[in-house]
Amino acid sequence: MYVAVKGGERAIENAHAWLAEERRGDRAVPELTVAQIREQMALAVNRVMAEGSLYDPDLAALAIKQARGDLIEAIFLIRAYRTTLPRLGASRPVDTAAMACIRRISATFKDAPGGQVLGPTFDYTHRLLDFALMAECDVPPAPEASATPGPVPHITGFLNRDGLIQTEAAGEATPPDLTREPLELPASRPLRLQALARGDEGFLLGLAYSTQRGYARNHAFVGELRIGTVAVEVDIPELGFAIEVAEIELTECETVNQFAGSKTEPPQFTRGYGLVFGQTERKAISMALVDRALRWRELGEDFLGAAAQDEEFVLSHADNIQATGFLEHIKLPHYVDFQSELELVRRIRAEAELAQAQPEAAE
Amino acid sequence: MTKTDPGSAPEIFDRQGWMGVLAKAAPARLAALFPDEPAHAMLRAPEVGAVMVRGHAGGTGAPFNLGEMTVTRCTLRLAGGQVGHAMVAGRDRVHARRAALVDALMQTDRAGAIRAAVLEPLVAEAAAARATRAAKAAATRVEFFTLVRGED
Repeated sequence: MYVAVKGGERAIENAHAWLAEERRGDRAVPELTVAQIREQMALAVNRVMAEGSLYDPDLAALAIKQARGDLIEAIFLIRAYRTTLPRLGASRPVDTAAMACIRRISATFKDAPGGQVLGPTFDYTHRLLDFALMAECDVPPAPEASATPGPVPHITGFLNRDGLIQTEAAGEATPPDLTREPLELPASRPLRLQALARGDEGFLLGLAYSTQRGYARNHAFVGELRIGTVAVEVDIPELGFAIEVAEIELTECETVNQFAGSKTEPPQFTRGYGLVFGQTERKAISMALVDRALRWRELGEDFLGAAAQDEEFVLSHADNIQATGFLEHIKLPHYVDFQSELELVRRIRAEAELAQAQPEAAE
Repeated sequence: MTKTDPGSAPEIFDRQGWMGVLAKAAPARLAALFPDEPAHAMLRAPEVGAVMVRGHAGGTGAPFNLGEMTVTRCTLRLAGGQVGHAMVAGRDRVHARRAALVDALMQTDRAGAIRAAVLEPLVAEAAAARATRAAKAAATRVEFFTLVRGED
């Protein structure tokens, strides 16, 4: 029997009112502004932009405020918002070689042209709580030094000159877009990179770590990690030329991995690639490691049964909004489903009891 | 792959330049430098949308879709007939309208005055901000030195 029920409207309204009050917290404490979140919670804002797949620091900060700091909820809000926007075009691929770098390090070449530039990093901090931050304190401006202007070349370019690293294949001018067409497997590398760029940081970190621990055997060096701003150029069809509509901050990671060679390729280094909105270097490194693990087929390597090599596994589970949507729906009313399960268990038990009782009666 | 060659089409190169400067300007700064809006007819009212930002696999290979960003575009016409276009970063409709107005005015005989009053300060400020970040980055550049070794 199926009985449609309706109710809970007032309970839901009141729950949302209480949520709003709880979000605000103690009224004796000043309310956070969106600008404060944007400026002082910048790395949370960057994560929401990257996984929300929409570059807009103000909107990401607003989403974090509304979500009470729950970043996956904030990403959900951004994903929902972006579906309301008309698509006004696509940029030309950004030129990361021309990036205005604030950070650029290489774990493979000490004396890389352009140098090792640490930028505003947590590396080499002692990870001790700074109790001075519990009080309001003014921060002096960071030291400056004379800078050499001009682009900083990619480090893999030097290896490429000697033919020691595999060259990147050119692709179609219009890459597949998984926000427009459903994901189809096997996926091309551009499609995989799109999925990884918006994938969950924690999930990709875990998978990347698994490759380091031996699942897929891909010892990676960070050939280069760079953070900085690039220009976004968009063709304006009415005018017949492209203009720079924005400068956005990106993190790029290129890994260099050993490759023993195959029937068609000489022994050389291969690459993994990570590119993510904002200052998001843990995510960019993770993305590069997982990208490399997923490339086993095109490089003629063996499938070792590792999760990070399995594109169906990786691409179907990397999206935290898909994952949380399916996971969290099981807390919503399933009264009818459960009712049928309950009846089934009761019937089986009754049959089992009957079966137990009958042999006794026969004796 | 980037901009139009300045030699073959100097007017287009110039216009790409100022449209880019206006698109990247902070809305409040553009408002301060260009407070009075001349009369105009709207051809396409400011519209907020998204642009898909693309990258290259491996920095140089096949293009892929990195993620979207918000932009606002606007097209309008001055009383004199000049049509101004804008596509600016973010969701500020007034920013897009002001940028389109400046683009239109740059096609009139007020171009020199607008260039000096609006564009040149924006270019200088963007360059200064960039230089400051580059200087702070340069201060974090590692200077390696070799320790004296025992065997010498």
